[in-house]
Amino acid sequence: MIDFSEEQLQRYSRHILLADVGVEGQARLAEARVLVVGAGGLGAPVCLYLAAAGVGTIGIVDADCVEISNLQRQICHFTHNIGDAKADSAREKMLAINPEITVNVHYEYLRADNVLGIIGGYDFVVEGTDNFPAKFLVNDACIMAKVPFCHGGILRFRGQAMTVIPGESACYRCVFREPPPPDAVPSCSEAGVLGAIAGMLGSIQAAETLKFITGAGRLLTDALLTFDAKDMEFRKIPLSCQEDCPVCGEAPEIDSLIDYEQGGCALAGA
Amino acid sequence: MSTTGKHRIDARRDCRGVGCPMNLVYTKVELARIAPGEVLEVILDDGAPIGNVPRSVVKEGHEVVAKHRLPDGAWQVLIRKA
Ligand SMILES: [Zn+2]
Repeated sequence: MIDFSEEQLQRYSRHILLADVGVEGQARLAEARVLVVGAGGLGAPVCLYLAAAGVGTIGIVDADCVEISNLQRQICHFTHNIGDAKADSAREKMLAINPEITVNVHYEYLRADNVLGIIGGYDFVVEGTDNFPAKFLVNDACIMAKVPFCHGGILRFRGQAMTVIPGESACYRCVFREPPPPDAVPSCSEAGVLGAIAGMLGSIQAAETLKFITGAGRLLTDALLTFDAKDMEFRKIPLSCQEDCPVCGEAPEIDSLIDYEQGGCALAGA
Repeated sequence: MSTTGKHRIDARRDCRGVGCPMNLVYTKVELARIAPGEVLEVILDDGAPIGNVPRSVVKEGHEVVAKHRLPDGAWQVLIRKA
Protein backbone atom coordinates (compact mmCIF):
# COMPACT_ATOMS: atom_id res chain seq x y z
CA MET A 1 0.00 0.00 0.00
CA ILE A 2 1.28 3.42 -0.98
CA ASP A 3 1.95 5.74 1.95
CA PHE A 4 0.36 9.01 0.90
CA SER A 5 1.88 12.25 2.16
CA GLU A 6 -0.24 14.75 4.05
CA GLU A 7 -0.41 16.88 0.90
CA GLN A 8 -1.51 13.90 -1.21
CA LEU A 9 -4.21 13.02 1.32
CA GLN A 10 -5.56 16.54 0.97
CA ARG A 11 -5.23 16.54 -2.83
CA TYR A 12 -7.06 13.22 -3.20
CA SER A 13 -9.39 13.57 -0.20
CA ARG A 14 -12.55 13.67 -2.35
CA HIS A 15 -11.62 10.32 -3.89
CA ILE A 16 -10.55 8.77 -0.59
CA LEU A 17 -13.88 9.77 0.95
CA LEU A 18 -15.74 7.71 -1.65
CA ALA A 19 -16.56 4.29 -0.22
CA ASP A 20 -15.95 2.71 -3.66
CA VAL A 21 -12.52 4.34 -4.10
CA GLY A 22 -10.94 4.92 -0.71
CA VAL A 23 -7.22 4.80 0.04
CA GLU A 24 -6.91 1.50 -1.83
CA GLY A 25 -8.50 2.89 -5.02
CA GLN A 26 -6.33 5.99 -4.89
CA ALA A 27 -3.25 3.79 -4.55
CA ARG A 28 -4.36 1.84 -7.64
CA LEU A 29 -4.70 5.11 -9.55
CA ALA A 30 -1.15 6.08 -8.58
CA GLU A 31 0.16 2.78 -9.92
CA ALA A 32 -1.93 2.81 -13.12
CA ARG A 33 -0.72 3.43 -16.68
CA VAL A 34 -3.23 4.89 -19.12
CA LEU A 35 -2.76 5.78 -22.79
CA VAL A 36 -4.82 8.59 -24.28
CA VAL A 37 -5.00 8.35 -28.07
CA GLY A 38 -5.61 11.82 -29.45
CA ALA A 39 -5.13 15.07 -27.50
CA GLY A 40 -8.07 16.73 -29.23
CA GLY A 41 -11.65 17.42 -28.20
CA LEU A 42 -12.04 14.19 -26.22
CA GLY A 43 -8.43 13.69 -25.19
CA ALA A 44 -8.16 17.19 -23.70
CA PRO A 45 -10.66 16.70 -20.85
CA VAL A 46 -9.55 13.07 -20.46
CA CYS A 47 -5.92 14.15 -19.97
CA LEU A 48 -6.85 16.86 -17.48
CA TYR A 49 -9.14 14.66 -15.38
CA LEU A 50 -6.76 11.71 -15.33
CA ALA A 51 -3.91 13.99 -14.27
CA ALA A 52 -6.06 15.62 -11.61
CA ALA A 53 -7.13 12.17 -10.39
CA GLY A 54 -3.52 11.15 -9.80
CA VAL A 55 -3.21 8.46 -12.46
CA GLY A 56 0.49 7.74 -12.05
CA THR A 57 1.56 7.35 -15.68
CA ILE A 58 -0.34 8.82 -18.62
CA GLY A 59 0.75 8.47 -22.24
CA ILE A 60 -0.48 10.80 -24.97
CA VAL A 61 -0.40 9.85 -28.65
CA ASP A 62 -0.78 12.79 -31.02
CA ALA A 63 1.32 13.94 -33.96
CA ASP A 64 -0.58 17.19 -34.58
CA CYS A 65 0.14 20.76 -33.60
CA VAL A 66 -2.35 23.13 -32.00
CA GLU A 67 -4.33 25.27 -34.44
CA ILE A 68 -6.60 28.17 -33.63
CA SER A 69 -9.65 26.19 -34.81
CA ASN A 70 -8.96 23.60 -32.07
CA LEU A 71 -9.40 26.06 -29.23
CA GLN A 72 -13.23 26.17 -29.41
CA ARG A 73 -13.39 22.67 -27.84
CA GLN A 74 -9.92 21.25 -27.07
CA ILE A 75 -9.76 22.81 -23.63
CA CYS A 76 -6.25 21.79 -22.62
CA HIS A 77 -4.76 23.93 -25.40
CA PHE A 78 -4.49 27.69 -24.90
CA THR A 79 -4.00 30.52 -27.41
CA HIS A 80 -0.29 30.71 -26.58
CA ASN A 81 0.07 27.03 -27.57
CA ILE A 82 -0.82 27.59 -31.24
CA GLY A 83 1.92 25.87 -33.24
CA ASP A 84 3.05 23.67 -30.31
CA ALA A 85 2.76 19.89 -30.45
CA LYS A 86 -0.61 18.96 -28.93
CA ALA A 87 1.04 16.28 -26.83
CA ASP A 88 3.40 18.87 -25.29
CA SER A 89 0.61 21.39 -24.77
CA ALA A 90 -1.50 18.78 -22.98
CA ARG A 91 1.46 17.60 -20.92
CA GLU A 92 2.21 21.16 -19.75
CA LYS A 93 -1.34 21.60 -18.35
CA MET A 94 -1.42 18.11 -16.82
CA LEU A 95 1.81 18.73 -14.91
CA ALA A 96 0.58 22.16 -13.86
CA ILE A 97 -2.46 20.50 -12.28
CA ASN A 98 -0.49 17.62 -10.80
CA PRO A 99 3.32 17.71 -10.80
CA GLU A 100 3.49 14.26 -9.20
CA ILE A 101 2.45 12.27 -12.26
CA THR A 102 4.50 11.06 -15.23
CA VAL A 103 3.36 12.04 -18.72
CA ASN A 104 4.83 10.21 -21.71
CA VAL A 105 4.42 11.79 -25.13
CA HIS A 106 4.26 9.84 -28.39
CA TYR A 107 4.44 12.23 -31.37
CA GLU A 108 3.03 9.68 -33.77
CA TYR A 109 -0.03 8.73 -35.77
CA LEU A 110 -1.06 5.21 -34.90
CA ARG A 111 -0.46 2.76 -37.72
CA ALA A 112 -0.67 -0.99 -38.10
CA ASP A 113 3.10 -1.20 -37.64
CA ASN A 114 3.45 0.90 -34.45
CA VAL A 115 0.19 0.58 -32.51
CA LEU A 116 0.97 -2.64 -30.63
CA GLY A 117 4.33 -1.33 -29.49
CA ILE A 118 2.72 1.83 -28.11
CA ILE A 119 -0.34 0.37 -26.36
CA GLY A 120 1.61 -2.59 -25.00
CA GLY A 121 2.94 -0.73 -21.97
CA TYR A 122 -0.45 0.46 -20.72
CA ASP A 123 -3.27 -0.96 -18.57
CA PHE A 124 -6.07 0.95 -20.29
CA VAL A 125 -6.49 2.97 -23.50
CA VAL A 126 -8.80 5.93 -24.08
CA GLU A 127 -9.66 6.21 -27.75
CA GLY A 128 -10.46 9.81 -28.59
CA THR A 129 -9.39 9.89 -32.21
CA ASP A 130 -10.99 11.95 -34.96
CA ASN A 131 -11.19 9.38 -37.75
CA PHE A 132 -12.59 5.94 -38.51
CA PRO A 133 -9.35 4.24 -39.58
CA ALA A 134 -7.81 5.05 -36.17
CA LYS A 135 -10.93 3.91 -34.31
CA PHE A 136 -10.86 0.51 -36.01
CA LEU A 137 -7.10 0.23 -35.60
CA VAL A 138 -7.29 0.94 -31.85
CA ASN A 139 -10.14 -1.56 -31.45
CA ASP A 140 -8.36 -4.32 -33.32
CA ALA A 141 -5.02 -3.70 -31.63
CA CYS A 142 -6.60 -3.61 -28.15
CA ILE A 143 -8.50 -6.86 -28.84
CA MET A 144 -5.30 -8.55 -30.09
CA ALA A 145 -3.16 -7.23 -27.20
CA LYS A 146 -6.01 -7.76 -24.67
CA VAL A 147 -5.85 -4.16 -23.44
CA PRO A 148 -9.19 -2.76 -22.22
CA PHE A 149 -10.24 0.56 -23.74
CA CYS A 150 -12.99 3.17 -23.92
CA HIS A 151 -14.18 4.30 -27.33
CA GLY A 152 -15.56 7.79 -27.80
CA GLY A 153 -16.84 9.78 -30.74
CA ILE A 154 -18.56 13.12 -31.20
CA LEU A 155 -20.11 14.95 -34.13
CA ARG A 156 -22.35 18.02 -34.29
CA PHE A 157 -24.54 17.74 -31.14
CA ARG A 158 -24.07 14.01 -30.61
CA GLY A 159 -21.71 11.73 -28.82
CA GLN A 160 -21.25 8.03 -28.21
CA ALA A 161 -19.10 5.94 -25.93
CA MET A 162 -18.52 2.31 -25.02
CA THR A 163 -15.99 0.46 -22.90
CA VAL A 164 -14.49 -2.76 -24.22
CA ILE A 165 -12.93 -5.50 -22.09
CA PRO A 166 -11.29 -7.86 -24.62
CA GLY A 167 -12.47 -11.43 -24.26
CA GLU A 168 -15.39 -10.36 -22.07
CA SER A 169 -17.53 -7.70 -23.69
CA ALA A 170 -18.68 -6.59 -27.14
CA CYS A 171 -16.06 -4.72 -29.17
CA TYR A 172 -16.39 -1.76 -31.54
CA ARG A 173 -16.47 -4.14 -34.51
CA CYS A 174 -19.27 -6.19 -32.92
CA VAL A 175 -21.35 -3.02 -33.49
CA PHE A 176 -19.69 -1.31 -36.46
CA ARG A 177 -18.33 -3.98 -38.77
CA GLU A 178 -15.99 -1.82 -40.82
CA PRO A 179 -15.25 1.81 -41.56
CA PRO A 180 -17.92 3.55 -43.64
CA PRO A 181 -17.04 3.87 -47.32
CA PRO A 182 -15.06 7.06 -47.93
CA ASP A 183 -18.01 8.78 -49.65
CA ALA A 184 -20.31 8.10 -46.67
CA VAL A 185 -18.02 9.87 -44.22
CA PRO A 186 -19.44 13.31 -43.38
CA SER A 187 -18.29 16.15 -45.58
CA CYS A 188 -16.71 19.27 -44.12
CA SER A 189 -20.05 21.11 -43.99
CA GLU A 190 -21.38 18.30 -41.78
CA ALA A 191 -18.35 18.18 -39.56
CA GLY A 192 -19.16 20.95 -37.09
CA VAL A 193 -19.26 20.13 -33.41
CA LEU A 194 -20.64 21.97 -30.39
CA GLY A 195 -17.56 22.55 -28.25
CA ALA A 196 -19.04 21.52 -24.91
CA ILE A 197 -20.00 18.10 -26.33
CA ALA A 198 -16.32 17.23 -26.27
CA GLY A 199 -16.23 17.89 -22.53
CA MET A 200 -19.38 15.84 -21.96
CA LEU A 201 -18.05 12.80 -23.78
CA GLY A 202 -14.44 13.13 -22.67
CA SER A 203 -15.62 13.29 -19.06
CA ILE A 204 -17.60 10.07 -19.57
CA GLN A 205 -14.43 8.41 -20.90
CA ALA A 206 -12.36 9.73 -17.99
CA ALA A 207 -14.95 8.43 -15.52
CA GLU A 208 -14.89 5.00 -17.19
CA THR A 209 -11.09 4.96 -16.90
CA LEU A 210 -11.18 5.82 -13.20
CA LYS A 211 -13.89 3.19 -12.61
CA PHE A 212 -11.86 0.56 -14.43
CA ILE A 213 -8.74 1.28 -12.38
CA THR A 214 -10.44 1.51 -9.00
CA GLY A 215 -13.00 -1.22 -9.63
CA ALA A 216 -15.82 1.14 -8.67
CA GLY A 217 -19.27 0.63 -10.16
CA ARG A 218 -20.19 -1.10 -13.38
CA LEU A 219 -18.43 -0.26 -16.64
CA LEU A 220 -20.11 0.88 -19.84
CA THR A 221 -19.54 -2.57 -21.36
CA ASP A 222 -21.94 -4.46 -23.63
CA ALA A 223 -23.68 -1.14 -24.20
CA LEU A 224 -23.35 1.90 -26.43
CA LEU A 225 -24.16 5.16 -24.67
CA THR A 226 -25.37 7.82 -27.07
CA PHE A 227 -26.55 11.33 -26.44
CA ASP A 228 -27.99 14.15 -28.48
CA ALA A 229 -27.38 17.45 -26.74
CA LYS A 230 -30.02 19.21 -28.85
CA ASP A 231 -32.69 17.58 -26.70
CA MET A 232 -30.21 16.48 -24.02
CA GLU A 233 -31.36 12.92 -24.46
CA PHE A 234 -29.20 9.99 -23.38
CA ARG A 235 -29.73 6.39 -24.48
CA LYS A 236 -27.95 3.22 -23.49
CA ILE A 237 -28.26 0.59 -26.21
CA PRO A 238 -27.60 -2.96 -24.98
CA LEU A 239 -25.01 -4.90 -26.99
CA SER A 240 -23.53 -8.36 -26.88
CA CYS A 241 -20.44 -10.05 -28.28
CA GLN A 242 -21.16 -11.15 -31.84
CA GLU A 243 -20.05 -14.71 -32.63
CA ASP A 244 -19.33 -13.63 -36.19
CA CYS A 245 -17.38 -10.48 -35.22
CA PRO A 246 -14.41 -10.30 -37.59
CA VAL A 247 -11.97 -9.55 -34.77
CA CYS A 248 -13.34 -10.88 -31.45
CA GLY A 249 -15.71 -13.57 -32.76
CA GLU A 250 -15.30 -17.33 -32.75
CA ALA A 251 -13.49 -17.51 -36.09
CA PRO A 252 -12.00 -14.05 -36.56
CA GLU A 253 -11.00 -13.39 -40.16
CA ILE A 254 -8.94 -10.34 -39.16
CA ASP A 255 -5.63 -11.65 -37.87
CA SER A 256 -3.44 -8.69 -38.70
CA LEU A 257 -3.86 -4.95 -38.27
CA ILE A 258 -5.18 -2.83 -41.13
CA ASP A 259 -4.37 0.74 -42.17
CA TYR A 260 -7.69 1.88 -43.66
CA GLU A 261 -7.89 4.90 -45.91
CA GLN A 262 -9.59 7.98 -44.51
CA GLY A 263 -12.37 9.30 -46.72
CA GLY A 264 -14.49 12.46 -46.73
CA CYS A 265 -13.48 15.36 -44.57
CA ALA A 266 -10.49 14.97 -42.31
CA LEU A 267 -12.52 16.54 -39.49
CA ALA A 268 -15.24 13.91 -39.51
CA GLY A 269 -15.70 12.05 -36.27
CA ALA A 270 -13.70 14.63 -34.32
CA MET B 1 -0.98 -2.69 21.21
CA SER B 2 -3.02 -1.76 24.29
CA THR B 3 -6.47 -2.23 25.74
CA THR B 4 -9.25 0.10 26.77
CA GLY B 5 -11.78 -1.77 28.86
CA LYS B 6 -12.50 -4.99 27.03
CA HIS B 7 -11.18 -3.85 23.63
CA ARG B 8 -7.68 -4.43 22.34
CA ILE B 9 -6.61 -1.38 20.33
CA ASP B 10 -4.49 -2.04 17.25
CA ALA B 11 -4.07 1.52 15.96
CA ARG B 12 -4.77 5.06 17.14
CA ARG B 13 -5.37 8.40 15.49
CA ASP B 14 -5.90 11.63 17.33
CA CYS B 15 -8.15 13.85 15.22
CA ARG B 16 -8.59 16.59 17.80
CA GLY B 17 -8.66 19.89 15.97
CA VAL B 18 -9.19 18.20 12.57
CA GLY B 19 -12.42 19.21 10.89
CA CYS B 20 -14.70 17.40 8.46
CA PRO B 21 -14.00 15.81 6.09
CA MET B 22 -10.24 15.37 6.69
CA ASN B 23 -10.93 13.57 10.00
CA LEU B 24 -12.76 10.90 7.98
CA VAL B 25 -9.90 10.77 5.44
CA TYR B 26 -7.40 10.10 8.27
CA THR B 27 -9.75 7.53 9.79
CA LYS B 28 -9.98 5.73 6.43
CA VAL B 29 -6.18 5.82 6.05
CA GLU B 30 -5.77 4.14 9.46
CA LEU B 31 -8.49 1.59 8.69
CA ALA B 32 -6.71 0.72 5.44
CA ARG B 33 -3.56 -0.08 7.44
CA ILE B 34 -5.11 -2.58 9.87
CA ALA B 35 -6.51 -6.03 9.20
CA PRO B 36 -10.21 -6.94 9.21
CA GLY B 37 -11.35 -7.52 12.79
CA GLU B 38 -8.72 -5.21 14.28
CA VAL B 39 -9.74 -2.12 16.25
CA LEU B 40 -8.86 1.52 15.55
CA GLU B 41 -9.15 4.21 18.18
CA VAL B 42 -9.95 7.69 16.84
CA ILE B 43 -10.28 10.79 18.96
CA LEU B 44 -12.84 13.17 17.48
CA ASP B 45 -13.98 16.65 18.44
CA ASP B 46 -17.49 17.18 19.70
CA GLY B 47 -20.06 18.59 17.27
CA ALA B 48 -19.86 17.79 13.54
CA PRO B 49 -16.90 15.37 13.83
CA ILE B 50 -18.53 13.02 16.34
CA GLY B 51 -21.81 13.39 14.43
CA ASN B 52 -20.34 12.48 11.06
CA VAL B 53 -17.31 10.20 11.27
CA PRO B 54 -18.86 7.23 13.13
CA ARG B 55 -21.93 7.38 10.86
CA SER B 56 -19.73 7.34 7.75
CA VAL B 57 -17.56 4.39 8.82
CA VAL B 58 -20.68 2.40 9.72
CA LYS B 59 -22.06 3.13 6.23
CA GLU B 60 -18.87 1.60 4.83
CA GLY B 61 -19.55 -1.57 6.77
CA HIS B 62 -17.30 -1.11 9.81
CA GLU B 63 -18.54 -1.42 13.37
CA VAL B 64 -18.40 1.24 16.08
CA VAL B 65 -17.75 -0.87 19.17
CA ALA B 66 -17.40 1.90 21.75
CA LYS B 67 -17.83 5.64 22.02
CA HIS B 68 -17.21 7.71 25.10
CA ARG B 69 -16.62 11.27 26.14
CA LEU B 70 -13.16 12.23 27.38
CA PRO B 71 -12.56 14.79 30.17
CA ASP B 72 -11.57 17.49 27.62
CA GLY B 73 -14.91 17.13 25.76
CA ALA B 74 -13.51 15.18 22.81
CA TRP B 75 -14.74 11.66 21.99
CA GLN B 76 -12.91 8.36 21.95
CA VAL B 77 -14.39 6.10 19.28
CA LEU B 78 -13.38 2.49 18.75
CA ILE B 79 -13.97 1.11 15.25
CA ARG B 80 -13.65 -2.55 14.31
CA LYS B 81 -12.61 -2.92 10.68
CA ALA B 82 -14.96 -4.95 8.49
ZN1 LIG C 1 -16.15 -7.87 -31.63
